[in-house]
Amino acid sequence: MASPKRTPASSDKDVADPKKRDFIVVATYAMAGLGVAAVGWPLINQMNPAADTLALASTEVDVSKIAEGQAITITWRGKPVFIRHRTSDEIARANAVDGSNLRDPEEDEARVQRPEMLVVLGVCTHLGCVPLGQKTSEVKGDYEGWFCPCHGSHYDTSGRIRKGPAPTNLEVPPYTFLSDTIIRIG
Amino acid sequence: MSAEKFSNPVVRWIDHRLPVFSMLDHTANDYPTPKNLNYMWNFGSLAGLSLVIMIVTGIVLAMNYTAHVDHAFESVERIMRDVNHGWLIRYIHMNAASFFFIVVYIHIFRGLYYGSYKAPRELLWILGVVIFLLMMATAFMGYVLPWGQMSFWGATVITNLFSAIPFVGESIVTFLWGGFSVDNPTLNRFFSLHYLMPFLIAGVVVLHIVALHRFGSNNPIGIDAKGPQDTISFHPYYTIKDMFGVAVFLLLLAGAVFFFPNAMGHPDNYIPANPMQTPAHIVPEWYFLPFYAILRAVPDKLGGVLLMFSAILVLFILPWLDRSPIRSARFRPVFRIFFWLLFVDCIALGYLGAKPAEGIYVVLSRVTTAWYFMHFLIILPLLSVFETTKPLPKSISEPVLSARSHNTGVGQMAPAE
Amino acid sequence: MFIRSKLCLVSLVIGMLCAPSQLIAAGGADVNLEKGKWSFSGPFGFFDKAALQRGFQVYREVCAGCHGIDYLAFRNLGDLGYNAAEIKAIAAEYEVMDGPDDDGEMFMRPARPADQIPNPYRNDNEARANNNGALPPDLSLIAKARANGPDYLYSLMIGYEDAPETTEVPDGMYYNNAYPGHLIAMPQPIYGDDVEYSDGAPTTTAGIASDVTNFLMWAAEPKMEVRKRIGVAAVFFLSIFVIMSYFAKRRVWADLH
Repeated sequence: MASPKRTPASSDKDVADPKKRDFIVVATYAMAGLGVAAVGWPLINQMNPAADTLALASTEVDVSKIAEGQAITITWRGKPVFIRHRTSDEIARANAVDGSNLRDPEEDEARVQRPEMLVVLGVCTHLGCVPLGQKTSEVKGDYEGWFCPCHGSHYDTSGRIRKGPAPTNLEVPPYTFLSDTIIRIG
Repeated sequence: MSAEKFSNPVVRWIDHRLPVFSMLDHTANDYPTPKNLNYMWNFGSLAGLSLVIMIVTGIVLAMNYTAHVDHAFESVERIMRDVNHGWLIRYIHMNAASFFFIVVYIHIFRGLYYGSYKAPRELLWILGVVIFLLMMATAFMGYVLPWGQMSFWGATVITNLFSAIPFVGESIVTFLWGGFSVDNPTLNRFFSLHYLMPFLIAGVVVLHIVALHRFGSNNPIGIDAKGPQDTISFHPYYTIKDMFGVAVFLLLLAGAVFFFPNAMGHPDNYIPANPMQTPAHIVPEWYFLPFYAILRAVPDKLGGVLLMFSAILVLFILPWLDRSPIRSARFRPVFRIFFWLLFVDCIALGYLGAKPAEGIYVVLSRVTTAWYFMHFLIILPLLSVFETTKPLPKSISEPVLSARSHNTGVGQMAPAE
Repeated sequence: MFIRSKLCLVSLVIGMLCAPSQLIAAGGADVNLEKGKWSFSGPFGFFDKAALQRGFQVYREVCAGCHGIDYLAFRNLGDLGYNAAEIKAIAAEYEVMDGPDDDGEMFMRPARPADQIPNPYRNDNEARANNNGALPPDLSLIAKARANGPDYLYSLMIGYEDAPETTEVPDGMYYNNAYPGHLIAMPQPIYGDDVEYSDGAPTTTAGIASDVTNFLMWAAEPKMEVRKRIGVAAVFFLSIFVIMSYFAKRRVWADLH
């Protein structure tokens, strides 16, 4: 297999059409390769999310009980989602900065559907830790949003990165308001 | 010398320092092989392929399986219903296990027919029997993992075999279980061992191949290759021939996997394990049936267990039971008859193993069991002394004794195909 | 030699085929099996979606009184031809337990497509207590968990009859000519006209039994259609591979002449 020195064709003297013979042998080996590749796909594809995992990809949550200034953490696809009922002060602060000057330029209104209800993935965009700042007792960082204790990233009240190693803002998951009080995430 | 073998400079550089390419070249390319091997010699490589299929699909299944009594059955159903292509992978694993045994049984019977166990290939044969034993253990533990009714009761019955050992039997069984019945600790250790043992098998397979290459393959005539005129290089001749065998094997396997995936299984294993209720007819997987028949043929617990294990152990000493210097059954007319009787006997044992242990079946099991042991312990030693064998040919390339025609090679080749 | 090797192979294959005969034996010799004609039989078999939907209706209105179908989720009903909105509506007709909520209480909520179809009983003990001590088996795998599954299920459902004089039927047991041992704890589930089909299909005992058998076969083997589809392609590919490798082998060996 490793050595090409004895291909069927080269040792062939008396077969009428050596090219034809080459073809069938090469084609057979090629077909074997094709077969292996075809079997390879299911073996790899099984690692992708299974049907039951995908079916859980949306979560509905009632946000009516979140008091102003409070936040809740819910699970979506096994990850925490922060939902914060922002005070008018927090909204004002988020709008006070010029979003285009930030590390990951984004205006606050581009990140919310309703200004009072901020929904972001609670996963630091640096290396995946969960930032602090959900509970009133926790450190919120220099910008009154969230602070990631792992490597010191500071997020503002819009979940935008302001200081520290994280490259981008906290991700906003796809969500829709089913009614005034129910949000479906995913 | 090895450096000149390869034209690719990278290959040459590596091979000079780490001669993997020389090794490959030696085992799969240049390796001189008797030119007269028939299709019975395809089953070694098919067994190797089966092992690879089992390991690859098994690793993938393990990524989705949960070894816990409360979740095992459910996780298997999740594989069948929700995991991408999970049903395909599991059905391949299930059916390839059966095909592995079919291939290995043919491989064993080929060895018996052509005397492949005889000097100087005794260790090669013994390593093969070791592989067979490891396969049986692996298959048994694998069958427990889905945690269906047959899994559970198979595990209970087989582990209870060890309780037949005098004095320490009960303690050994408790030790195997890790408790007082087949339960979660048992399932966990079986999973661990089921994952480990295929790699042990792979290790013994390497030794098996090393031993094989020491003296080269046996052949249908059973006489040693006397020179280059008797052999051909493994590649391309036997690689392409093995490829054809692989194609047929895969076609049959695909037929089973896609159209009869549960034909070789048992419906009861789609019922979750219930330690409070034994199914009405418990039978092992088909490949254990001959041994199961031997176990049940003996009315004594310890005796049955001992006899069942002896049925395999007797294979270890086979090279010393059959002392006839002639290897191939082609030149042993009487041995050939007894070989086919043994073959029929084994099929009969398999059939009886599936039947309820009552009435005529018990009698027949005893007769066939007795015949099995008689074949190895009495008939073979006697045959080695008393049989009149046919004259052997001079060499592989001159198989016809007297007349020498130029077309002997072709004449001998053709029937093998 | 060739013939003998072939014989050896053939007999091994026969031996192998004999092994599953144990399955048939498990059914018992004296039971009556009606051989149905199923759309899902054979290499090109497929599920009749209309029958599956009717069968699901029978399951909901008849079987689900006692039997769970634990390995099915509402989302799986897409296979029956329902669209996402229909599945959501079907799911919403069921209540499942969720929780604990913020106060630590479990609560009931309408089911969603990702939920499993709820079992009529909370656990096996409740199921037994409500069924004269007999446990109604889960139906998600029943078509594979019985020898000749579909034929058996169909025969069982149409197999209720008066016991012969010689057989004494104890209280709470019923006589069925398809059940091994004939005495079954399940009362006759289908009498005909038990359900009303919107598509006007016959609601005879046989019609309903056939529909629910189709449904149960799908429930046990939901990937059967894709399996057979890939199977036909795989067998086609491998057949060509067999032929090609055979001729390739002959070509390579030709120079040994």
